[in-house]
Amino acid sequence: MASRRQFLKTTALGLGGLTIGFSAFAYITDFSGLKEATGGLKINLTRTPTYCEICFWKCAGWVYKREDGSIWKITGNDEDQHSNGRFCPRGTGGVGIYNDSDRLKTPLIRTGERGEHKFREASWEEALDLIAEKMKSIASSYGPESVALMNHGSGGKYFGDLLKAYGSTNIAAPSYAQCRGPREVAFINTFGEAIESPERTDIRDTKCLVLIGSHIGENMHNGQVQEMSDAIDKGAAIITVDPRFSVAASKSKFWLPIKPATDLALLLSWINVLTTENWIDKDYVEKNTYGYDLLKVHVSTMTPEWAYGITGIQPEIIRKTAKEMFNASPSVIIHPGRHVTWYGDDTQRLRAVAILNALLGSWGRRGGFYNPSTSVLPSYPHPPFPTPKTTWRDAFPGQFHLADESVSSKICDATIPAELRDFSFKAWLVYGTNLIMTFPDQAKTIEAIKHLDLMVAIDTMPMEITSWADVVLPECTYLERYDSIRVSPHRKPSIALRMPAFEPKDNTKSAYWMARELASRLGLIEFFPFEKLEDYLDWQLRQMGSSLEEMQKIGVKTFEREADDLYFTPGEQHEFSTPTGKIELYSTAFADEGFDPVPVYTPHPEPPSGFYRLNYGRAPMHTFSRTSNNPNLNDLMDENTLWVNPKVAKEWGLTNNQPVWLQNQDGKKSNFSIKVRVTERIRWDSVYMVHGFGHATKQLSRTYGKGISDTELITNVMTDPIMGGTGMRGNFVTFLTEKPEEALS
Amino acid sequence: MRYAMAVDTKKCVGCSDCVVACQTENNVPIGYCRDWIVEVVDGTYPQLELELRSERCNHCDNAPCVRCCPTGASHILEGGFVMVTPEKCIGCGACITSCPYDARYPHPDGYVDKCTFCMHRVKKGQLPACVATCPTKCMYFGDLDDPASDVSLVLKTRKHKTLIPEAGTKPQLYFLI
Repeated sequence: MASRRQFLKTTALGLGGLTIGFSAFAYITDFSGLKEATGGLKINLTRTPTYCEICFWKCAGWVYKREDGSIWKITGNDEDQHSNGRFCPRGTGGVGIYNDSDRLKTPLIRTGERGEHKFREASWEEALDLIAEKMKSIASSYGPESVALMNHGSGGKYFGDLLKAYGSTNIAAPSYAQCRGPREVAFINTFGEAIESPERTDIRDTKCLVLIGSHIGENMHNGQVQEMSDAIDKGAAIITVDPRFSVAASKSKFWLPIKPATDLALLLSWINVLTTENWIDKDYVEKNTYGYDLLKVHVSTMTPEWAYGITGIQPEIIRKTAKEMFNASPSVIIHPGRHVTWYGDDTQRLRAVAILNALLGSWGRRGGFYNPSTSVLPSYPHPPFPTPKTTWRDAFPGQFHLADESVSSKICDATIPAELRDFSFKAWLVYGTNLIMTFPDQAKTIEAIKHLDLMVAIDTMPMEITSWADVVLPECTYLERYDSIRVSPHRKPSIALRMPAFEPKDNTKSAYWMARELASRLGLIEFFPFEKLEDYLDWQLRQMGSSLEEMQKIGVKTFEREADDLYFTPGEQHEFSTPTGKIELYSTAFADEGFDPVPVYTPHPEPPSGFYRLNYGRAPMHTFSRTSNNPNLNDLMDENTLWVNPKVAKEWGLTNNQPVWLQNQDGKKSNFSIKVRVTERIRWDSVYMVHGFGHATKQLSRTYGKGISDTELITNVMTDPIMGGTGMRGNFVTFLTEKPEEALS
Repeated sequence: MRYAMAVDTKKCVGCSDCVVACQTENNVPIGYCRDWIVEVVDGTYPQLELELRSERCNHCDNAPCVRCCPTGASHILEGGFVMVTPEKCIGCGACITSCPYDARYPHPDGYVDKCTFCMHRVKKGQLPACVATCPTKCMYFGDLDDPASDVSLVLKTRKHKTLIPEAGTKPQLYFLI
């Protein structure tokens, strides 16, 4: 009965409070139910601090290790503002990333064609030598600027430093152009500041939370979910605009089941109501904004009756919800969302969101948007980075000036040689992002990769992207390494430590080690003066009055704000970082660039007969495509389903759990089938699936072939002319009830 | 002393954190669970209602699983914890059949397993793992005999229900509605 004893033993481990530096032994004496069964067992339990890497929220917590060295559980750190001691399912299920037997185990060098996933195992020496030699030859033939880094996650920083030292600033994260970019550009050009991550939304104290397609609760951004729950407790009114009856919609005072792709018309009609009825924060608007009169004239014809014809939302509901927002103001949040690259006019839609917040005076106000504070990490002096001769922007003259970060998908575009462009990318380093399931238009991504002289993928798991690499570098998981001190913005400045709870499994290494080894081979070692990252962290922490030793014990340290400026002081005339120094209801920068200075609604294509708009979203237990093989999270949800309205199901004769394949408007068929979920929670003109399934990488043994990848059906990409974002919600699919010939099995 | 739990369906988002936190805390093998999420949709688009519930053993006052257990493995401890002693369990499954909530499962090691209200934590003054981790703080746990406990307070002020009350099991898992 060894395994039963194991069960009892671990059940008895819930003692807590046993940390490194405390007594390492606990003796079970006062647990009557199990005392006899454990036979007076001595238990050695350690816990080490970490911050989570399963998503970008980076909650700080504790990793508990059993005496046999195996992982027991991960829980939140009570002192952490991101988690408040409560991890989300993904963070709790982080144990699975460590235990996953499908992990990358040793460096791999490609032997087959790109995409065939044929590799041979290699030593670190050989793999790193090969990359360094190739990088040297690319630098001499084409210049170091032709190397780009695509990254997502903590270790990307070290490859970023490597690239900057090498001579390229082409460092991009898909989290910008495939996700939150439009909102940052919209808010920068309205308030002079971005939203950033975690969002500066003061949800816990809001009286009215307006969600535009944002499915908080299904997107498990921990702090926001927690605060939405606090707001529900306090009786806040939630208004949800979504064609799908989301979880958030079910918790709302008003659910507006909008016709897809018409959100901007609704937003403009709200602005019309607020300005017509004078339901605005007059003093705030007068003191702080620029362009009110121009805005008012602009929206004067965009009445609720006008919007009704476009959105299907009753005029009286539009007025009623506008009044609800005004009554709550300034403690109201028209939420900027996060994944907002939908229709190509996304920056303009988010501008309308920003304008609504400005009119209601919520920016800088309690229950609206607070002013975040961030700890500043000292950096150890190193030689200045060289100035690159070109950047990705030179490939797109006259375009995307307002993009405040690199546009990953444009780097992809500029990798495919073009006659009118004298510059193409020759190498990609891809850190922690599965670009094949991240970029829309997979055919283009693959074409770009085929043009590369060098493609390196750094990951913990085999993924679609690693199968396209020339060299795969296996990283150890976040539970097996140090990483940079976390200094995310929040209500109070804070720092959090990630340290290894375990030795790296197999032949895996940390990103810091890899980047430094490459730097050494490229003659750039002076940019990485510390051999061990922990020595650098200790140096940084000591500059801040802490130390590695202290942080190993406490995990998180929170500081007081230097000034009492979480919110604006009443009546304050604030200086905003915009061209006019005001909140720009009328964007002077947009006008200068030739874009609409106030948002204009333009209709988007609708699904042809027999086709349905493909909508996609998140499940609370998964992050993108990276967690679907995690044994613990896969156990919670092992495939996605296709949400179909009962009317549509009846028309097609579809039943629950019936497998269907999908084909989009361009004839692209899905690799695999997906099970139908007949539900009233979806409109009749669209279907819905959770993103991140339908993996075609056989090395992912648990998740291969389970469900459909929405990304493979997104071939129509609507590019945002302002910042280059990839609008992905203009794709339409139809059902195939028979397996198509080209489908994978 | 009478421990009970209340789940606020107005706040639960159905994220399953309670499920995975229980699995890791209690070493429940992958593929099995002691708690789970139920989603109930009512109505026709767009007049809809959705109820999300985190469910588990109801730690009934009148527990059929205890009454039907032939070996005494299923028993009730002080405070109302319905427990299973693995050493005494022969895995006959009578309790599984008798439970109206389907709260028990056959553990691969040959005994029947279920939620313990994390008694090992509660005895230490901690909350059950599911309650402690829930990001929405939608779960309340405590002693119904203590009028100041979280669960007593919330049941005093909020409308609530139990599941399948007609089974007469006197369940101690409440749902705030």
